[in-house]
Amino acid sequence: MTSSPIVARVKQKRIVELVSSGKRLDGRGLTDYREVQLEAGAIERAEGSARLRLGKTEVMVGTKIEVGEPFPDVPNEGVLTVNAELVPLASPTFEPGPPNENAIELARVVDRGIRESKAIELEKLCVKPGKKVFIVFVDVYVLNHDGNLIDASAMAALAALLNTKMSNYELEEEKIKVKPGYTPLPIRNYPIAVTFAKINDKLIVDPWLEEEQVMDARLTITLDKDGKICAIQKGGYGYFTIQQILEATKIAREKSEALRKLVVKG
Amino acid sequence: MPKRKTKRKRLNIPQKKPEKLIDKNDVRIDGRKLNELRPVKIEVGVLGNADGSAYIEQGKNKILAAVYGPKEVHPRHLALPDRAVLRCRYHMAPFSVDERKSPAPSRREVELSKVIRESLEPSVFVEYYPRTSVDVFIEVLQADGGTRCAGITVASLALADAGIPMRDLVVACAAGKVEGRLVLDLIDLEDKAGEADVPLALMPNFDAITLLQMDGSLTIDEFEKVVNLALDGCKQICALQKETLKSKYVAVKEAMEE
Repeated sequence: MTSSPIVARVKQKRIVELVSSGKRLDGRGLTDYREVQLEAGAIERAEGSARLRLGKTEVMVGTKIEVGEPFPDVPNEGVLTVNAELVPLASPTFEPGPPNENAIELARVVDRGIRESKAIELEKLCVKPGKKVFIVFVDVYVLNHDGNLIDASAMAALAALLNTKMSNYELEEEKIKVKPGYTPLPIRNYPIAVTFAKINDKLIVDPWLEEEQVMDARLTITLDKDGKICAIQKGGYGYFTIQQILEATKIAREKSEALRKLVVKG
Repeated sequence: MPKRKTKRKRLNIPQKKPEKLIDKNDVRIDGRKLNELRPVKIEVGVLGNADGSAYIEQGKNKILAAVYGPKEVHPRHLALPDRAVLRCRYHMAPFSVDERKSPAPSRREVELSKVIRESLEPSVFVEYYPRTSVDVFIEVLQADGGTRCAGITVASLALADAGIPMRDLVVACAAGKVEGRLVLDLIDLEDKAGEADVPLALMPNFDAITLLQMDGSLTIDEFEKVVNLALDGCKQICALQKETLKSKYVAVKEAMEE
């Protein structure tokens, strides 16, 4: 994902050879995910939060809710904002400073999944049409980069939204007055992103760092709870054939169902 | 820092959105059939200073692309020892859309610059020019939906016009779903009100898809149909691309013979 770090030729060759014969360096099958560990609600100060480990990749997502103005074209809907930070402590290739194109792409792919699947019932977040709505901030914080940040961030963002709570309130002369107690953020859909890497014309899911460094191209497919596709993003300097893309959609549907069960419990 | 904001309102109020975008005879709001492209007009070699340039009009989209390079990389530390760096900037003019767009690059433009670069790079023999850069500039002068696709189509021609060695042209086109029907080449209205939009870029001689994005909601079956529709559109535009490139050299030849 970052400015091409150098991978030893021997290792590169080894990864490609293994993938060609249907194996991977860390012992997984081509369509196996790494272990997912999820800790929801780790940050008490945030309205919602989740810390997710995907193998050694680790991301934390916090949500915040503020009151603000709606967009003029959708005056009676709340606003969703997703931001991602590739914090320098997460990888030797991350540098401090404003989000670079990788961070922006990550945030926008996560955003697209949540937005296009209409996961948040934004129309319920309207206080006064055209004037006052709730703004949901989703902040993705990458803590350790070991590949496939998109899937880890998308899952963590969903998990954080699922445990986001809003203060109860009433309107008093157009002003919001907080009442005791909380209600959960209204969620109606559960988008899950599944990322593929193409290595030597084979598709693998959930690439880890070294696989990302040798991959030709990347494809992320986000599916909603009904198995419909709600977002796609191709990345990397290679290409896909239509057969590979269609094969990926089918694998993605299968994988997303299993992952959704891990994130959305009960 | 708190931003100073003035309340602004546009002088020219854009027209209201019509109730239906597709009528009962499957005719779209601009009079097209479901699988019909907008009229496309392409020119190459339109700018004096650039090493290569091209201009496209696709419906109301008006986009210019310019290529500079291969040239020395600035800043130098970005240079790669084994290949050229391809750099790409997709940018929209402030007057290209209804509401004035701030000229500073938005997050959308940063992402699009990245995916456009990644869609063009597979077509370029970057390994021929180590330690150099090839810079592609795409300026959207007027936007009406599908600008990233038209931008890729025109940037690929500008690269060819600059004489950069390439494996193939790259051509792009979007398809999507509007009011329950699958349509080719969405205009802005259809994109905003529609159910899904799938921009796609193709290297036609390799059947290689170098850009694929989607937003909206589609079943896997619908998605397959939409991709095939977009591929169809790409092939039609590619014919125009090739014709435009050839006609430039025919014009040069004729001028020589006179």
